[in-house]
Amino acid sequence: MAASDFDVAVVGGGLVGVATAWGLAREGCRVVVLDEGDRAVRASRGNFALVWVQSKGLGLPEYAGWTIRSSNAWGGFAQTLKEETGLDVAFQRPGGFHLALSGKELEARANILKRLHNQPGIVDYKTEIMDRSQVAKMLPDIGPEVVGGSFCPLDGHVNSLRLFRTLHTAIKARGVTYLPSHRVETITKEGGEFRLATAQGEIRAGKVALAAGNANMRLAPMVGLEAPMKPERGQIVVTERLRPFLNHPVVTLRQTDEGTVMIGDSKEESIDPAGLTLGVSATEAERAVRLFPLLANVNVVRTWSAIRVMTQDGFPIYDESETHPGAFTICCHSGVTLAANHALTVAPMIARGALDTSLVAPFSARRFHVQATG
Amino acid sequence: MFKRLAETGAAVAITVDGRQIAARAGDTVAAALIAAGIDHCRTTPVSGAPRAPYCLMGVCFECLVTVDGVGSRQGCLVPVRDGMAVETQTGKREAGR
Amino acid sequence: MTKASDLAPSYDLVVIGGGPAGLAAAALAARAGLTTVLFDENPGVGGQIYRAITFSPVKDRAVLGEDYWAGAELAAEAKASGALIVTGATVWSLDPTRLVGVSIAGQARLIEAKRVIIATGSLERPFPVPGWTLPGVMSAGGAQTVLKAQGLVPNGKTVLAGGGPLMWLLAAQILRAGGKIDAVLDTTPRKNWLRALAHLPDFVLSPYFAKGLKLLREVRAKVRVIRVDRLEAVGDDKLREVVFGKGDNERRMPADLLLLHQGVVPNVNLALAAGVAHAWNERQLCFEPVLDEDFNSSVPGISVAGDGAGIAGGTAAAERGRIAAIAAVRALKPEASVPDLQIVRQKLQREAMGRAFLDWLNRPADSFRQPEGDTIVCRCEEVTARQVRDTADLGCEGPNQMKAFLRCGMGPCQGRLRGLTVTELIAAQRGTTPAEVGYYRLRPPVKPITLSELASLPIAEAERKAVER
Repeated sequence: MAASDFDVAVVGGGLVGVATAWGLAREGCRVVVLDEGDRAVRASRGNFALVWVQSKGLGLPEYAGWTIRSSNAWGGFAQTLKEETGLDVAFQRPGGFHLALSGKELEARANILKRLHNQPGIVDYKTEIMDRSQVAKMLPDIGPEVVGGSFCPLDGHVNSLRLFRTLHTAIKARGVTYLPSHRVETITKEGGEFRLATAQGEIRAGKVALAAGNANMRLAPMVGLEAPMKPERGQIVVTERLRPFLNHPVVTLRQTDEGTVMIGDSKEESIDPAGLTLGVSATEAERAVRLFPLLANVNVVRTWSAIRVMTQDGFPIYDESETHPGAFTICCHSGVTLAANHALTVAPMIARGALDTSLVAPFSARRFHVQATG
Repeated sequence: MFKRLAETGAAVAITVDGRQIAARAGDTVAAALIAAGIDHCRTTPVSGAPRAPYCLMGVCFECLVTVDGVGSRQGCLVPVRDGMAVETQTGKREAGR
Repeated sequence: MTKASDLAPSYDLVVIGGGPAGLAAAALAARAGLTTVLFDENPGVGGQIYRAITFSPVKDRAVLGEDYWAGAELAAEAKASGALIVTGATVWSLDPTRLVGVSIAGQARLIEAKRVIIATGSLERPFPVPGWTLPGVMSAGGAQTVLKAQGLVPNGKTVLAGGGPLMWLLAAQILRAGGKIDAVLDTTPRKNWLRALAHLPDFVLSPYFAKGLKLLREVRAKVRVIRVDRLEAVGDDKLREVVFGKGDNERRMPADLLLLHQGVVPNVNLALAAGVAHAWNERQLCFEPVLDEDFNSSVPGISVAGDGAGIAGGTAAAERGRIAAIAAVRALKPEASVPDLQIVRQKLQREAMGRAFLDWLNRPADSFRQPEGDTIVCRCEEVTARQVRDTADLGCEGPNQMKAFLRCGMGPCQGRLRGLTVTELIAAQRGTTPAEVGYYRLRPPVKPITLSELASLPIAEAERKAVER
């Protein structure tokens, strides 16, 4: 153990990895982050930046509680980051909307919320269905086709690219070693330490935290864990900077603190990160103009597609290895929303060397076997 | 900064922030602003710094102006037209115009 | 005026860009019987070199020079060829299946093409000196554009700074037109001669030699030329003075207009977005597409001609356009008669003579390509050189991660005006090469279109379902 270069090797330099690395460094660990290069398939550069609560937890009520825990911790997390780096990640929690463009869409929305809230053990997060006039009071620029929506006061958003940069700045300040272009090829455990092989050489660490997004699928089995993933592609359209017009994020459309409007969100099976389906961008644009007609003449300056990190059932995976003690998986879609949890709750568990089952037991990948046999 | 070599081309009347400008047929909006001696055509949405046309070939987006009510047009690519109303832009564009 | 709705759903050949390469390619292909459309976003054809060739108000042919007026023939040939030439048409998307996204007067269309020739030419290399964003600082190419197209000539306190053939040509043109230049600040390092010297014999035999010497003499006879290794534009809300120097010597000169130029580089955005492979050219310090001898790119059916294929000048651009067009005709209509390819290739080869010397001689200094401190690198997002360098030190290895961290390249110009600077800065800071660092990954729209234009595109049922779930 003592010979190891690092206490913990975090595999993955995206939001999940660096949030965890930052949390580990705060616990006094010597941390290395192993990352891929500039052209890595990277969800952290392509996310929608919501810190989002509504609709989370249908099928796994504990996920709602876990999400709310992070949402509640986010303000303090952002403040600490600002104190450490001087960078403001622009976290806001004004409450967010899901808007419907037809009665059918609104009905479907209400149905989902009803099913979600009817689950035993679910926390109440006060999402309410609003009709058009209620929505219009809070979002005066909605178009005539908007029939209503759902609103959750716990929803918020952040500048996620600045969060990404801020966390990288913060881990550097805390002495974390960041190694780009160190794709991990294999992981073995010998003599009580983990050996991570990369093309640039071997890295040794006492513990290993797998935060490599969809690549956890490949890495987890090397340390006796599993991460069944189902990656999918999402596309986003971004406009030029505009004066503030939207006080609440909508699940598919939000105005950033910089003024740009981000428009999502699509789901395609393709996992080609370079591809882009114009018809999908067109659909997003069309719906955006129907939601907010004042956007019709606004210029689109960018679009992007990114591969979502998605587990097979959409819920996070946190596990520690029985066969390789000291190896952990941190796998989730919502790397922004859950960043506060990863930094403030999960990282300390890894630093201590044991996950706190009272908090994360429901998120073990063992659930996939229960479903398979049951 | 610039003078016209020859007053060729038909006169085209446009306004810039409400002020009449004598443009010429064959002018782009950006060229007309330069010919009229207008210092800057916008302030940036980031720091509010003043900017003027830079490349005049559609690359730099410094000459963004509002033309006939539509914001963020590339002035160097838009030919002038009689009666055209050009407005300089201040900071971020306003959605809806 | 052609409207977007007038366009056919598909063409044999879509040519993007109406400079010498595009005009020559469209003329040849249309004459050989390919259905051909040429799109150019400017109000007229000619590209930058023959800007406003069909309507320039500069009637005294001596002002712009005979090399400029040679473009009239190209434009006339293209017009007579039967190719559909659409100006004011912005191509904002090209994908590997050769689907072309174009906007005309606020209307967007998707057009299919059996072959595409990208002829989007070059743009001026970024010249990031302190104060280069001030009103009153303009690119030399910009000044040349308003001279050619609108007959505008600088008449205040004017300074030209930089180097390269185009700067000297512009200086001569301004002077011939009766404009005023207070000084030319030559920023090319004298030590460039060491690398250039080996190519001198070739240069002396080329037509550039006599033309270049004449031009230099013409300018030097009328204007002070000062060699500098430092340059700064100073002013509050606009340019007030130019500060420059060499070694310990610093001078200030009041100025209304500072025109900057340090060479041109291929305009690679559209080709990159189409997935065309590019490589770093160390002699010319820029990325250029990887092409075969017919100018075919790595993407089947897409070729790149003209200066977009690598800087070689206007005459070469036309020959390259012809070669690319002959390849397109042979692929689609092998029975059609085309000019003798070997003769065109020989002409092109002659044009290459002397270029190596010019490239090495005019290679801009490191300090003018890799700025320091608070000098703005990204004009749209106002990102400074220090921010880029500091972020490279965080472990940021390339422009894509840099863009995520600092937004440089996220503004409306999409990195056109700083992409090279960012790549070179990262390479300098991390002790690696621009080839290693690479360039932006680009996606459509490569030029902004409105949300309603995007919304108007055809949508398949599956595409709608990918959003409405």
